[in-house]
Amino acid sequence: MRYYVAEESEIGDGERRVVSCDGKEIGVFRVKGRLFAWHNRCVHQNGPVCQGRIYNRVVEPVAEDGTTRFQEYDAETFHLVCPWHGYEYDIETGQHPGNPRVRLRAAKLEIEDGSIYVSA
Amino acid sequence: MDAIATKPAELLPTQEASVHTNTRELLDHANRDAKRRGLEDWLIVDIDAHHVESVSWNQIVHYIEDPVQRAAALDYHKNRVGAPPYGLSGDLGLRYQSVGGRIPHQDDQKEVVEDKSVHRDVTLTRRAMEGLAVDYMVVFPTPMLFLGLHPQTRMEVILARAYTRWTIDNLLRADPRIKTFLYLPFNEPDECVRMIEDFADEPGIIGLTVPSVRHKPVHHNAYMKVYAMAEERGLPVAFHAGYHWQDQSLATVNQFLGMHALGFVWCNMIHMTNWVLNGIPERFPGLKSLWVESGLAWVPFLMQRLDDQFLMRQSEAPLLKRLPSEYMSEHCFYTSQPMEKTHPRALQSTFEMIKAETQLLYSSDWPHFDFDTPGTIADIPFIDEQAKRNILGLNAARLFNLPTEPVKRL
Repeated sequence: MRYYVAEESEIGDGERRVVSCDGKEIGVFRVKGRLFAWHNRCVHQNGPVCQGRIYNRVVEPVAEDGTTRFQEYDAETFHLVCPWHGYEYDIETGQHPGNPRVRLRAAKLEIEDGSIYVSA
Repeated sequence: MDAIATKPAELLPTQEASVHTNTRELLDHANRDAKRRGLEDWLIVDIDAHHVESVSWNQIVHYIEDPVQRAAALDYHKNRVGAPPYGLSGDLGLRYQSVGGRIPHQDDQKEVVEDKSVHRDVTLTRRAMEGLAVDYMVVFPTPMLFLGLHPQTRMEVILARAYTRWTIDNLLRADPRIKTFLYLPFNEPDECVRMIEDFADEPGIIGLTVPSVRHKPVHHNAYMKVYAMAEERGLPVAFHAGYHWQDQSLATVNQFLGMHALGFVWCNMIHMTNWVLNGIPERFPGLKSLWVESGLAWVPFLMQRLDDQFLMRQSEAPLLKRLPSEYMSEHCFYTSQPMEKTHPRALQSTFEMIKAETQLLYSSDWPHFDFDTPGTIADIPFIDEQAKRNILGLNAARLFNLPTEPVKRL
């Protein structure tokens, strides 16, 4: 069974649609023009990760002399953060930035005639 | 070629969780997981959840018994601009728990509450119990856990008594599924005795608690009367952990991550060391101690460390007739959260060393950023179903004389 989510034009950059497919929840995100679909289950404790806030990745530049001063945001990397406990995932790869083995489960995403479908 | 079966997906009502999201909706996955696991028929007791009492501080100060302090507090809350809760000590703005807003429920619960017949905290607690599939929830205060460092020891007494009276009136009498531990103002031992005499028999008070962030030695002779009363009345003493940025031993720690990881353990490691080496379990063999919100990984470390040292220096702890670890695994009880789950083999060893099947009690710590659902216990692969049932509820029922039949409806 596949499920109709939205028209492709309805999800702008940085936006999402989190849907229930007969009880199985999937989040569809658009980042840098591309669409990604993840199951709404954090690998940590099954939290509703797709309903979390989106942050740019935090980085800490290290100067040539080994010192650091301030933290910064990486403008090119977007993290989805589980609202239960704060587990962060790169929206494009589904991987946790601190442990790539911790990763979201991808949902099958299809675009057909401008319509977005997912399979649970 | 067959057409692909297609149907419209249903848009979830909340696309992005916030401080306004209803607790039941936010915890929907936990509720559904509990149903899937069949936990409706299991007794689940949450030994450590929280409400934010400072939100109600302008009500609580009405319960201050000292008329001078009460009048000052009422005037303060009426007239002083930008004022934090009257009399509370703490670290004001050093509250980084939500990781910059990434974990909204840690910041606030601004959800709509229609029911005006009970205090708002009762409704929020009921929603948490429903979401987490809990039968009984022990509610702790939050900012008051810093009161052990208050420079005015009498203020801890005044506020502890006001908070207790307010809690009895507004939470415990509203719902018999809500329980609490009686706050002991530990910096004044005689007042701890009075607290027990005045409030320990109130319905809903099932134990005693000492907020662990303080510099008083738990083995001081001044506390022996308190322990004797607790033992006689069958009231466990719960040491609830915390952190504070003014702890000189943690003065170099610069991230909340490090402060939380160490601070919430350090205070209880010190109290446990003093508790065992000074023979409190030998002096009060019927007294149960409960160690709350320090996780579990510290316990095997301390057991190994104290056992090794004790065998070399037995004459310094002559009250002990057994190894420190034996007191820690037979006289002491532990709450589970935040359970360290990243290294399963270490966790299994921990469970064996603390005798988890009889000594471990589930706790959520809801609504804090590192809360644990009952699934964290139900999913453990290396213990059997009876052990899971014990940890999730039956151990608590035995320790606190609670009914063993579940009362929740999922």
